[in-house]
Amino acid sequence: MQRVKIFDHVILLMGVFIMVGPLVVALMTSSHEAADIHRNGLSILPGGHFVDTYTKVLTKEGGFTGKITGLRMMMNSLILGIGFAVGKIALSMLAAYALVYFRFRFATILFWMIFTTLLLPLEVRILPSYEVMTALNLTNTYTGLIVPLLASATGTFYFRQFFKSIPDELLEAARIDGAGPFKFFIGVIVPLSKTMMAAIFIIMFVYGWNQYLWPTLMTTDESFFTLVRGIKQILLVWVGSNIPDYNEAFALAILAMLPPVMIVMIFQRWFIKGLTESDK
Amino acid sequence: MTHAPSLSPTSPALPTAGGFFRRFRSTPSEPDFAKRVQFSSPYLPYLFLAPQMAIIFIFFYWPSVQAIQSSFYLEDPFGFGSTFVGMSNYTDVLKSTEYLGIARFTAVFTALVTFFSLAIGLLLAVKADGIIRGNATYKTLLIWVYAIAPPVAGLMGMMMFDQHIGPLVKFVGLFGWDMKVGLNYTDTAAAMIIVSVWKQIPYNFIFFLSGLQGIPVSVREAALMDCRSGFRRFWTVILPLLAPTAFFLLIINTTYALFDTFGIIDVMVKDKAANNPITLVYKVYMDGFRGNDLGGSSAQSVILMIIVFVLTIFQFRFIERRVHYT
Repeated sequence: MQRVKIFDHVILLMGVFIMVGPLVVALMTSSHEAADIHRNGLSILPGGHFVDTYTKVLTKEGGFTGKITGLRMMMNSLILGIGFAVGKIALSMLAAYALVYFRFRFATILFWMIFTTLLLPLEVRILPSYEVMTALNLTNTYTGLIVPLLASATGTFYFRQFFKSIPDELLEAARIDGAGPFKFFIGVIVPLSKTMMAAIFIIMFVYGWNQYLWPTLMTTDESFFTLVRGIKQILLVWVGSNIPDYNEAFALAILAMLPPVMIVMIFQRWFIKGLTESDK
Repeated sequence: MTHAPSLSPTSPALPTAGGFFRRFRSTPSEPDFAKRVQFSSPYLPYLFLAPQMAIIFIFFYWPSVQAIQSSFYLEDPFGFGSTFVGMSNYTDVLKSTEYLGIARFTAVFTALVTFFSLAIGLLLAVKADGIIRGNATYKTLLIWVYAIAPPVAGLMGMMMFDQHIGPLVKFVGLFGWDMKVGLNYTDTAAAMIIVSVWKQIPYNFIFFLSGLQGIPVSVREAALMDCRSGFRRFWTVILPLLAPTAFFLLIINTTYALFDTFGIIDVMVKDKAANNPITLVYKVYMDGFRGNDLGGSSAQSVILMIIVFVLTIFQFRFIERRVHYT
């Protein structure tokens, strides 16, 4: 089993080439000038315009109203990613705590109502969801951007599963010491869940940052655009002009993928743990 | 839901799919909901559940009920109320050849995306599991793409398949294929499938790899003694042990191809859906937001909901039985 298998490495290297190749090309091409790309095509070598392209993309005021910058879109993406992840963790830990550690009458029916949300993704109810948001006056707000996405129960199931694996003796001991539900939650459950919270945070941040359909519907005011939401606008610029601004399009695409990719790479172990144990 | 007792959550071959199956299995039909000891309080559990329930009610149940309700009405185009039309939104949708064509494309698209992303993910996972040197490096490099948003993946696809600068267009040009993505139906479909598969490979790779690493060394060694052919060993020992993971991934990939590819499609067809392939979800969006056909779009939403329900139940009742868990 110890010998090096050339054939296996060849297949893996081909896999790496297919998966990573396009990203390298996008990064390198973004550092060339638009006219240069138009003439010579994509590039796998760095050009000399890395700093000025990215400075321009981050600070240039673009869009139809001329208010939105790359920096602003990045901030909106961060708000969406972090807000979604934090909200998800808070909501689902509380709900899972109630489901696992309490005996109460409507537990079964409430559990089923939460369970059902897993079966229908947001995409199949977009139009009515949009109408509800207009009725509540929540379009073009951060609340409208984040809160409706929390209406799926993936996190609740994950924490429920984890809480059930916590030994019963802990609760017994805590009760002998006179700890009530709040004290047990803050003093025992939250510290025990730290790793799980980190893992879920990574998954949910990536999920929130990468949202596309919902932000597209919810935000018409450009100052609320996220980077991923702005992709469509990038393309419109791209197709429109004589010499398309390929370099700026690539730079924005790189910016849109950089934070989630970095987080996944840096916290790889937590990320894989969160993914394989939470199923979403 | 089914209750196959053979699936023990602690089974060593199930490090990944366990949570998923447990999630479905430990539905409330189990009376021992969780713990031997529990708190009892008349109001606290409701207080803790209140935020989640409130959000689910406002943003899940309310819109879902509305979708069902408005699928039976015809909205006046000028906003002067709506008329009850019974099932006619549904019959209109199901009789439309355009809709049936889109449904056919969606089925083909879903099948191809699911098959190829599972197959390539499995191949890479088996190879990465088999080698000792460089395992971690390959793993890191192969999972990057997971973090990329579907529309950004679509943008990368547009770049690779660009008419002027796309290297893939030039590549297939060598074989005499004049690829025109965005203009030619088949070419656009091919590009969409390739990008969708590319985006989903890392997910399958991660799950298959951690499934493979959960197979005990003793099982592998026993298999090695019994059978010299690596291929047969994989086919008769490893693959059956991976079946729960594969089954779980089958559901996830189907859902992915049906719904999560929206961003890829939206970027790649560039609003010109007329001659381009689109999926059912995209059609819901087009009719609802571009066509302002509230009733028709709602009827399509309800049809999709039914498809998702049927798929889930079908997969649990029929496929799960053929999967070996031990």
